[in-house]
Amino acid sequence: MTDQAYNFAYLDEQTKRMIRRALLKALAIPGYQVPFASREMPMPYGWGTGGVQVTAACLTPDDRLKVIDQGADDTTNAVSIRRFFQRTAGVATTERTTDATVIQTRHRIPEQPLAEGQILVYQVPIPEPLRFLEPRETETRKMHELEEYGLMHVKLYEDIARHGEIATAYAYPVRVEGRYVMDPSPIPKFDNPKLAGNPAIQLFGAGREARIYALPPYSDVVSLDFEDHPFTASKADHACDLCGSGSSYLDEVITDDRGTRMFVCSDTDFCAARQAQGHCGRLSPQGDAP
Amino acid sequence: MTLMQNAITAAPLLSVQGLTKRYGPRIGCADVGFDLYPGEVLGIVGESGSGKSTLLSCLAGHQRPDQGRILFDGADVLAFSEAERRRLLRGDWAYVHQNPRDGLRMGVSAGGNVGERLMAVGARNYAAIRDSATDWLGRVEIAADRIDDRPSAFSGGMQQRLQIARNLVTGPRLVFMDEPTGGLDVSVQARLLDLLRGLVRDLGLSVVIVTHDLAVVRLLADRLMVMKSGRVVETGLTDQVLDDPQHAYTQLLVSSVLQV
Repeated sequence: MTDQAYNFAYLDEQTKRMIRRALLKALAIPGYQVPFASREMPMPYGWGTGGVQVTAACLTPDDRLKVIDQGADDTTNAVSIRRFFQRTAGVATTERTTDATVIQTRHRIPEQPLAEGQILVYQVPIPEPLRFLEPRETETRKMHELEEYGLMHVKLYEDIARHGEIATAYAYPVRVEGRYVMDPSPIPKFDNPKLAGNPAIQLFGAGREARIYALPPYSDVVSLDFEDHPFTASKADHACDLCGSGSSYLDEVITDDRGTRMFVCSDTDFCAARQAQGHCGRLSPQGDAP
Repeated sequence: MTLMQNAITAAPLLSVQGLTKRYGPRIGCADVGFDLYPGEVLGIVGESGSGKSTLLSCLAGHQRPDQGRILFDGADVLAFSEAERRRLLRGDWAYVHQNPRDGLRMGVSAGGNVGERLMAVGARNYAAIRDSATDWLGRVEIAADRIDDRPSAFSGGMQQRLQIARNLVTGPRLVFMDEPTGGLDVSVQARLLDLLRGLVRDLGLSVVIVTHDLAVVRLLADRLMVMKSGRVVETGLTDQVLDDPQHAYTQLLVSSVLQV
């Protein structure tokens, strides 16, 4: 199926070299946003142009690629990016987290703990965590340079003042290695603890904003909070209706127009693996709930 | 007159020598020098274009002067690194803008505006931040139940008072004010001046206040500096300068005030 009209993994070698240099710099300065010469990709901005470029720069012919979108392997974004690399790179693909060497993700970290040697590539819409508080790029860069991060807490203060608790549920700001404040991309804050001490390499690519940043393995990552309002990783207070897991992040699905709803794992591979092992939930096709 | 006695014995808090700022061939301000003692209020007056705003922005570090020295507490501010300078700006110094919209975050609640400087210097306890925000809103006569309203819901006078609270919450020693009563109607101006006078007395602040309104400096300032065409033409105690102006320009300025 490989399309021989394209170079391996679509991008030309000089472009991949440029991206790899940015990646190495990003890994050397965890959490720092490295500018790079983002290319136009054959997909719209917002569909993962940054992540795709980072994946293209990381792939080797021996890699096995997994692509997820909000945890699912079978949604449009995941399917089209997976097929893109099947065609342009001819790499093997998989839906199993443990088998993959490179995982491109949109807005989730897989439930299955990652291992050394794996690369997790995030798609990032807005890399600057201070952007909605300070619109000037010159000023936000200066704030990163001088570690002036008081403003980030103003956002959390506003949350508590308005909602009684820190209501930010995704893209929850973190501080990396006690230095840079970083936007972890719009992952739910449930996934924030998995950023820290993760044995996999975590790479973040923002195509439209032309920024790359990274977390090397086993990085120290702390979610920002107040002493009297500590960070909590929240999820829906249910168990998965298909696999019965009480510890995975859940999607709420409305199933009819009378408000009936079900909760299912957002990580489809995790849910399918559990079902294959015989776990079942409230609405399992097998019928009998545990 | 205890303040004046203190001023005589203490070392100057801010000492400025030979400050010059040029815009190309034109002069912004030239060869300005003064000493400001702890607890003292210095008024700078002059007409539009006389260089008083240029002088203030050079003092507050918004612009870099071409020549001269600025010593704060004995340290040469112009030799500071940017990090040190910005730490000064959110700690020991404060700057009250003429237009409160320049000094406030309009999208953030009143409490967040006051708390920002606290968080910028490391406060991480929500309850404590909120308590001091409530306290400061009270001191500038803003009702405690407005703490979660945005400044855009406030009147001009309230916005200006909020800006003052936001600046004073970290207990600065030196405050720069650029026409703090500009754009307010006279009754609101009078209340604001009253409030400022009380705060300056109670906290023992040193203030450099720039204005074209002689009534403001009459009420607030201990000492006065009159500027014209970028140069200081007359200095002295406020009452002395206003009641017995020596320089022709000061005489013109004083006689131009409308008597109601």
